[in-house]
Amino acid sequence: MSVRSRAPRGLVAVAALVYGFLHLPILVLVAFSFNASKFSAEWRGFTVQWYHRLLERADVIRGLELSMVVAAVSTVISAALGTLVALALARHRFRGRPAVEAFLYVPVVTPEIVVGISLLLLFALLGLPLGVATIVIAHVAFSLSFVVIVVRARLAGMDTSLEEAALILGADEITTFRRVTLPQLWPGVVAGALLAFILSFDDFLITSFVAGSGTSTLPLVVYGMARRNVEPSINAISTIILVVTTAVLYLAERVTRER
Amino acid sequence: MSGPRRRLLAWLQRRPAARAWSLLGPGMLWLVLFFLVPLLIMAAYSLMPRGTYGGVQPGFTLQHYRRFFDPLYLAILQRTLVWSLVCTAVCLLLGYPVAYLVARAGRWRAALLFLVVLPFWTSFLVRTFAMIFLLRDSGLVNNVLLRLGLIDAPLTLLYTPFAVLLGLVYGFLPFMILPIYASLEKLDPTLLEAAETLGATPLAGFRRITLPLSLPGVVAGCFLVFIPAMGSFLTSDLLGGAKQLMIGNLIQNQFAAARNWPFGSAASFVVTALVLVAVTVYLRVRDRAAEGTG
Repeated sequence: MSVRSRAPRGLVAVAALVYGFLHLPILVLVAFSFNASKFSAEWRGFTVQWYHRLLERADVIRGLELSMVVAAVSTVISAALGTLVALALARHRFRGRPAVEAFLYVPVVTPEIVVGISLLLLFALLGLPLGVATIVIAHVAFSLSFVVIVVRARLAGMDTSLEEAALILGADEITTFRRVTLPQLWPGVVAGALLAFILSFDDFLITSFVAGSGTSTLPLVVYGMARRNVEPSINAISTIILVVTTAVLYLAERVTRER
Repeated sequence: MSGPRRRLLAWLQRRPAARAWSLLGPGMLWLVLFFLVPLLIMAAYSLMPRGTYGGVQPGFTLQHYRRFFDPLYLAILQRTLVWSLVCTAVCLLLGYPVAYLVARAGRWRAALLFLVVLPFWTSFLVRTFAMIFLLRDSGLVNNVLLRLGLIDAPLTLLYTPFAVLLGLVYGFLPFMILPIYASLEKLDPTLLEAAETLGATPLAGFRRITLPLSLPGVVAGCFLVFIPAMGSFLTSDLLGGAKQLMIGNLIQNQFAAARNWPFGSAASFVVTALVLVAVTVYLRVRDRAAEGTG
């Protein structure tokens, strides 16, 4: 009998329960976004009226637009800055490198609430009005490290001989980067960018501290609704958020698996 | 090629450190300005007297830290620590078997792994709301139990310690499974084959080989669960109601309703310090484990 052959039944049962626990609540939530009954968790027939209802809500539409804009802008900035940092770490030797590497992990392990309030204190001290700009600044600050980690993993697996060949054949460093390094690195950059997009699009806690009164992103709108009452429209928005993040995550998986 | 560009490149060629820092510069500047400096401001605020309308006054005081020893706040700190530890333990008990099975799942591995990664990246807010939807008085759980005749009146599930713990485990379980899976996946199966050939039972093989070699993943997973659990706000806020405050809620309240920024900063600094201690312990343990396995 080979070692990998079979796992004990008890273990399989525990794993099945855990998978159910992880996914059933979300599946139920999505299913009931199509439920005709307003109040009960009883199934009263299929409807898309909660989605129609969302279209009439200006705060939801505005929140969705704002979340998309903030996520797009902060993703571009973190992807660009993060890729440069990853290149420096993977391809250059310099003093203070261990300190830089350790520092990059600080945002990953700092509790979100600490990030949120410390940024609020900074903005208050500088007298910066809270709004789209402060949200973007915050989102880049917490997603940058994740981009660095993903891009660096890609760089570590890349063959440097093509770059060396280009340099030997007389291309300067910028040309080599544009024509040789970047095309190879692209999947890593895109994957890192997509993850930064999800982090930004989903963030509630940090955003809640640095958003102004007129700039509620979609998670802030959803939180407000979830605190007040539980109505099927929240199931509908949740479903939309899930579809967006799952699609982005699937893309990231596809891109990283190529080659 | 243009002159200035060639001259710049030639200059950079002679200075490798300048080359590295020209790449690092923008990103590091962003992190220093918008991550490190804010943390320092927070530390400074926690040592200053409270201003009249939020904010602080010039001066130095330890009163905000002293205030933490008030039984009311100590109880919140204790609750946060205990719940985070219980949550970590439950996640480990549930997560290890899953990671173990996924690592040996053969051709189902990629699909099963994706099913763990998916909740990892799913909006925490949406997942917490899913719990509300199940647990509230007119929620699905009560509905099903009533229909089956197991209960006569809805059980109070929401706004209880049970709901908060369930929400914490539900929220952070993927953070435990992924690192354990990563360490089990690297495990060389020939080691287990050798053990079996030499007469070890599967259980002995697991205890003497698999478990020790997966310890780095276990330790990493425990910290990845414990740290965000310590700083959690949403779970206790939405599932716990007003009676189940955790430190995260206390901090948020100082910045929202109470307008006591320095006390909020002090509470926040306590959380950061606890996390730093946890990370230091983790790095020690990891390095020792790395020495041990060579």
